Amino acid sequence: MATRIRTDSVTDGRPLVKRHGWPVRVWHWINAVVVIVMLMSGLMIFNAHGRLYWGQSGANTDAAWLEIGSTADAGYLQLGSVRVPTTGVLGYWRNGEGVVQRRAFPGWATIPTAYSLSAARRWHLFFAWLLVVPGLLFWLWSVVGGHARALLPMRTELAPRHVWADIRNHARLRFPAGQAALKYNILQKLSYSGVVFGLLPLLVLTGLAMSPAMNAAWPWLLDLFGGRQSARSLHFIAMVLLAAFIVVHLLMVVLAGPYNEIRSMVTGRFRLPAERADAKAEEVA
Amino acid sequence: MTIPTKSPLTRRSLIAGAGLAGAGLLLPGCDRLDQSPAFRETLRLGERVTMGAQRLVSDRTALAREYDGGDISPIFRSNGTRMPGTPDYAAWLAGGFADWRLAVDGMVARPLSLSLAQLGAMPVREQTTRHDCVEGWSAIGRWTGTPLKLLLDAAGVRNTARYLIFHCADLYGARPYYESIDMIDALHPQTILAWALNGRMLPVGNGAPLRLRVERQLGYKQAKYITRIEAVATLATSYGGKGGLWEDTNDYEWYAGI
Repeated sequence: MATRIRTDSVTDGRPLVKRHGWPVRVWHWINAVVVIVMLMSGLMIFNAHGRLYWGQSGANTDAAWLEIGSTADAGYLQLGSVRVPTTGVLGYWRNGEGVVQRRAFPGWATIPTAYSLSAARRWHLFFAWLLVVPGLLFWLWSVVGGHARALLPMRTELAPRHVWADIRNHARLRFPAGQAALKYNILQKLSYSGVVFGLLPLLVLTGLAMSPAMNAAWPWLLDLFGGRQSARSLHFIAMVLLAAFIVVHLLMVVLAGPYNEIRSMVTGRFRLPAERADAKAEEVA
Repeated sequence: MTIPTKSPLTRRSLIAGAGLAGAGLLLPGCDRLDQSPAFRETLRLGERVTMGAQRLVSDRTALAREYDGGDISPIFRSNGTRMPGTPDYAAWLAGGFADWRLAVDGMVARPLSLSLAQLGAMPVREQTTRHDCVEGWSAIGRWTGTPLKLLLDAAGVRNTARYLIFHCADLYGARPYYESIDMIDALHPQTILAWALNGRMLPVGNGAPLRLRVERQLGYKQAKYITRIEAVATLATSYGGKGGLWEDTNDYEWYAGI
């Protein structure tokens, strides 16, 4: 990545530098829309059958490891033998007209708002292509163009001491400054590469593993995930992890300075944060 | 030196405002988009692309996974119609389906009318396969039945026929259930007309006396209570024109490979 400093736009000794290439920016904003649509339409698809199983098969009379359901007047999330009350949010909630609904996820979290499995599938299975095709192109560009090297952690960065130091810096909201801010830190590398090379392909492959046609075409999908219902469970778990990533990601953008961060993802240009006086002391070799 | 025309503050509020508006409009926006027939048609492109892609990577005779007896679901969930309430069906059921007949007609050289006994006398295929409901659950069962290809050969399906429509005895709501598949799935070795489940004659809840098994598609394609198979050149002129009850009434995809 080019880090040429534009000397014509230096503010208080903090230069505006080129940070993100256009493929990163374009893919980021495509995904910002596509992933949200996939998440919300996926929650509606889950609403058709709010139970998860392990193995090849599973239906109402089989044991579920996770269930979002309702009693006469309450909603709950059952995780193994633990039952969490979720009235008002999951399993038992009221729609815009105040009518009690017993689907797993509430209307504000789903596409569409009112229950429709067919509409949710239409959204999900169309946007799936907008996830897969740009995703494959981004992968190709990352590997050929070297971006993957910027994303993947180096061996020295994986040393527990280095990771721990970075966790402490994040917890104290001490973000990299100066030249260090031009590179991803280890927590960014782990989360970004975990999403790009881990969660997203896992979501796509577990999605395909739920397709009876793909099971015939690529039987290894079933073996890879241990059956169709296991694939459905892993698809759900990966979704939860991706949603958690988005929450933390947005939080970090806000904490690190939303204007500068969002600008860097829109125009590619990033105002380099000033070096702190104690920065050298914080650095771990 | 030029004086900047935009202050960072307005750009900042622009970005923040766009973000907030985006989040606030997303939900009602999606619902409103869904009302637009043009938008729905656009989303429906996904079905065509998916079908094309899945057919591209699939061998025509690629088999669905067949399981061991130990994988069979203790209870095979019955979904949709569990008991067709029509007088015709009640009479067939009372007589043990002795008077029931399967018609094979439409674009065929020799229309057929077959009793359950005649079907049973034909060569049999047995397969333990997984049934995947569009809702998300799966059940495994052992199906015994007549390969559809044998019936199509016996009837002499014309090569201008492109689809088979399965007419069913049950009404869902007030409408007769029906489904359809194309010739690629019709001629697939695992596509059978099943008359037994787990070694017993097909229970009423699972489609007695005869149901379709088209193993590379989802549950709603597996028509139950079949009385007639019609070979046609187009789906547009039958029922609601979309090739199936769920397709006509609830906008489900005709191609249910995923």
